[in-house]
Amino acid sequence: MMHSKTIAELAAGLQKRDFSSEELTRATLERIEQHDGSLNSFITVSGELALEQARLADQRLAKGEGSALTGIPVAQKDIFCTDGVLTSCGSRMLENFIAPYNATVVERMNAAGAVMVGKTNMDEFAMGSSNETSYYGAVRNPWNTAAVPGGSSGGSAAAVAARLVPAATGTDTGGSIRQPASLCGITGLKPTYGRVSRYGMIAYASSLDQGGPLAQTAEDAAILLNAMAGFDERDSTSVDTPVPDYTAGLGNDLGGLRIGLPKEYFSQGLDDGVAGVIDMAIGEYKKLGAEVVEISLPNSPLAVPAYYVVAPAECSSNLSRFDGVRFGHRCEAPKDLEDLYKRSRGEGFGAEVKRRIMIGTYALSAGYYDAYYLKAQKVRRLISEDFRQAFDKVDVIMGPTAPTVAFNLGEKADDPITMYLSDIYTIAVNLAGLPGISIPAGFVKDMPVGLQIIGNYFEEARLLNAAHRFQQTTDWHKQTPPGFE
Amino acid sequence: MSLDKNDVERIAHLARLQIDEADKPEYATNLSNILDFVEQLGTVDTENVDPMAHPSDATQRLREDVVTETNQRERFQKIAPQVENGLYLVPKVIE
Amino acid sequence: MEWETVIGLEIHTQLATKSKIFSGAPTAYGAAPNTQACAVDLGLPGVLPVLNHEAVNMAIKFGLAIDAEISPISVFARKNYFYPDLPKGYQISQYELPIIGRGAVIIELQDGSSKTIGVTRAHLEEDAGKSLHEDFHGMTGIDLNRAGTPLLEIVSEPDMRSAKEAVAYMRKIHSIVRYLEISDGNMQEGSFRCDANISVRPKGQKEFGTRAELKNINSFRFVERAIDYEVERQIDILESGGEVVQETRLYDANKGETRPMRSKEEAMDYRYFPDPDLLPVEIKPEVIEGIRKLMPELPDTKKERFIKEYKLGHEDAAFLTASRDMADYFEAVATQSAEPKLSANWIMGELSGFLNKENREINQSPVSAEMLAGLIQRIKDNTISGKIAKDVFEAMWNGEGDADAIIESKGLKQITDSGALESLVDEVITNNPKQVEQFKAGKDKVLGFFVGQIMKATQGKANPAQVNELLRKKLSE
Repeated sequence: MMHSKTIAELAAGLQKRDFSSEELTRATLERIEQHDGSLNSFITVSGELALEQARLADQRLAKGEGSALTGIPVAQKDIFCTDGVLTSCGSRMLENFIAPYNATVVERMNAAGAVMVGKTNMDEFAMGSSNETSYYGAVRNPWNTAAVPGGSSGGSAAAVAARLVPAATGTDTGGSIRQPASLCGITGLKPTYGRVSRYGMIAYASSLDQGGPLAQTAEDAAILLNAMAGFDERDSTSVDTPVPDYTAGLGNDLGGLRIGLPKEYFSQGLDDGVAGVIDMAIGEYKKLGAEVVEISLPNSPLAVPAYYVVAPAECSSNLSRFDGVRFGHRCEAPKDLEDLYKRSRGEGFGAEVKRRIMIGTYALSAGYYDAYYLKAQKVRRLISEDFRQAFDKVDVIMGPTAPTVAFNLGEKADDPITMYLSDIYTIAVNLAGLPGISIPAGFVKDMPVGLQIIGNYFEEARLLNAAHRFQQTTDWHKQTPPGFE
Repeated sequence: MSLDKNDVERIAHLARLQIDEADKPEYATNLSNILDFVEQLGTVDTENVDPMAHPSDATQRLREDVVTETNQRERFQKIAPQVENGLYLVPKVIE
Repeated sequence: MEWETVIGLEIHTQLATKSKIFSGAPTAYGAAPNTQACAVDLGLPGVLPVLNHEAVNMAIKFGLAIDAEISPISVFARKNYFYPDLPKGYQISQYELPIIGRGAVIIELQDGSSKTIGVTRAHLEEDAGKSLHEDFHGMTGIDLNRAGTPLLEIVSEPDMRSAKEAVAYMRKIHSIVRYLEISDGNMQEGSFRCDANISVRPKGQKEFGTRAELKNINSFRFVERAIDYEVERQIDILESGGEVVQETRLYDANKGETRPMRSKEEAMDYRYFPDPDLLPVEIKPEVIEGIRKLMPELPDTKKERFIKEYKLGHEDAAFLTASRDMADYFEAVATQSAEPKLSANWIMGELSGFLNKENREINQSPVSAEMLAGLIQRIKDNTISGKIAKDVFEAMWNGEGDADAIIESKGLKQITDSGALESLVDEVITNNPKQVEQFKAGKDKVLGFFVGQIMKATQGKANPAQVNELLRKKLSE
């Protein structure tokens, strides 16, 4: 079955001309058409554009040109600006926003020959951990459509898990790639801050946001990262260091790999079942020759509170540009300027976005800046220092990606803080700017569990190597949700 | 930190957000809970800690002073709510 | 009661970069609306700022010129407020760590003394767009071409005590940025504008009074008028027992008065925080030294040099170095004519008079430095008298050609042929026997009468020195 193939397998088929990109793209579009009704993982399916790109890819392939991504259908999270295609960011605010330019990630993937089949659903402006805040309706988890897929890249995760597309992009501000990857049983990588350009990626919290791949396997994630990563002169925070070939060291031996297990990641409301799965996975790594040491990240309990000051503060400012003047939603017949602003924004943004804007506005306002924003920035330093010290002793850090398997729709929707705590193990990585990956490691009550591997700065290759070796000896990542085989 | 309806109104005004009257109490409760939650930050001593605004300690790269952008007004204004003679229109601004 | 005025200025000067401070869009003035506003300037979703190198260099130049601290690390911050000409809903500016720290400039006062005015800081920021209030069916039009133009905001200490001092300070800063060529300083186009913080207090009181901020004043004349008006307003309030309200006011140049700005009525809470899209700006000492080597001569140094090199008086040198254009003009005339003193006199006298009358700047003078030097040479070589030269100057001003062409076409050449003059002198002496008698009786003043007669006969073209000499000789025969 074509739809269950990985990028690596599809690329081989395309190279051999077993099938064309156009055929593959048509099949993909059909599968989305047939199966997305129950998932709602796409906001936009751009069939015509996809077929056009596929035909171009076929021309390149016929000439023996192109990369491992040439002709491969992918989905873009609807946070990336795509020239001429609706870029809604999951919000009513951008319901009519046909982006007039391409994000750098989109440009790079186009250049690599990838075929964009559509834009995936997401929490509004990437603010959420369950995909329930999307203006375009919640996304369902393919493993159980009563459950959430996680968020904010929930559409991308669900689409890849259901094998609607071989791979998709996501963004991760506090866990938005890794947590849905975990909840949907796929591989999701958040690169080091600065590795992937943020240009054209609609900003939520600029100092935390980072784009990355969601795929079936670590190998596919490496192929995608090869295309996505790289210096961008349009992004001041983009890092100008050479990008290695992430597929090159996938098979490296793990003998002597020092794995740190932070004791704090195995307490704090961790589900017993999830803990058991993670223990088993660690056991697998020991079999592969890794050494395991217990470490401590003493300030990690403060990561979620620090995040919920830093991220809202940045978002309150980042989202000020949505004012109904130059693009996006504008209220009917504004009676004056203030009315234009307040109603356009009041109508355009959903409740969670408004909450975070208000928290951030408050945290930055006169008299509260030091107690909230500055304090959080200092705690952020402490959290980052914890990691620095840990990486003096270990090569990678492992633990659960999320404290539980996917919860049900509506279960946490009314209680922001409970929802926020579902990112308890992922958020610190964003505060520090480190790379992290989530890979399928087992199941609890038929729902997937993700193992998180955190690396030192710019050590994506090491993470992918560790993930790939695990996937060579396990088949958790090959499990397909019932009904989507 | 407990916020009341007035606080919600003040913050919403600063952020230029219309909040429906009926929703204000819920916002007040949720925002208060979130602020209570982040209050934990106060428990750790940060006396001599430098605030961290960026994950990296790199410094700003500088762009050469060359014009690289061309006029794309038509393209950009196609998505604008209201334009006339190349200008974006807004309700009368009083200085 | 005697009152003392306290003034601090915030001067915004647009930096003369080719592209904007955070984008590659052009900065040229006067383009059709929104044709120079790129995705970054419009604040489209997803766009990011990248800092212009030249803007940083220009700020460093200014810092060096006012002998200020140049921060090894400076930080861009967001100033958050909603306004339709501010596309992102925040202005990228600098707050806690500006690029330029404390410095100072010296201003010259009218009584000839000088005074040091402290500069608190200067920081880089982006300009906003423009709101056009002409009627679009009762709506306002927004042009974002100016959005993202680099600005250097120069903040003074509250060191000025009169509108005159404030103007002198503003002129000095203007002169510095022009000397450095970091701004075109064009006030009509808004490249150089200022906000003034004004308060009054009883003379002798230490504490400052409550201040009002006057926004966006864009000419030297308006600064003086606006401050004078505002000072008077505040004194009137205080003397009638009222209290000055701290507020932002707008100067209405047409009515010559200030009024509160309605859009700034509510207290602003700008929620400054470090811009996460931009990293700290590092300026290494070697960069500063490199720029220091390229610094042009600045007004104060130039003034000293003019005094020494051209033997000018202090006041003349100050006048001629007030602007770089003026100084360059003077040096060109002085060098070409080899008559520095005469050049100075002509520039400060005749030329300035004409410029003032037509409200022109020196770089808009129809008489070029070369033309004026040519005129001065003709005075020096006795081709024309100083009096005739004024007529020639006016003709040059009116575009009738250069000095030589005008002298030629109008036949203004001085009569220096002693034979011709001698017969004229003889004729005048013969025709005025009564005056000859008076002169011989010791009434020396009558000589002027004879000179006048000869000048009249020659239409001013006779060489006065020669005429004098001949007359004395003949009359005493």
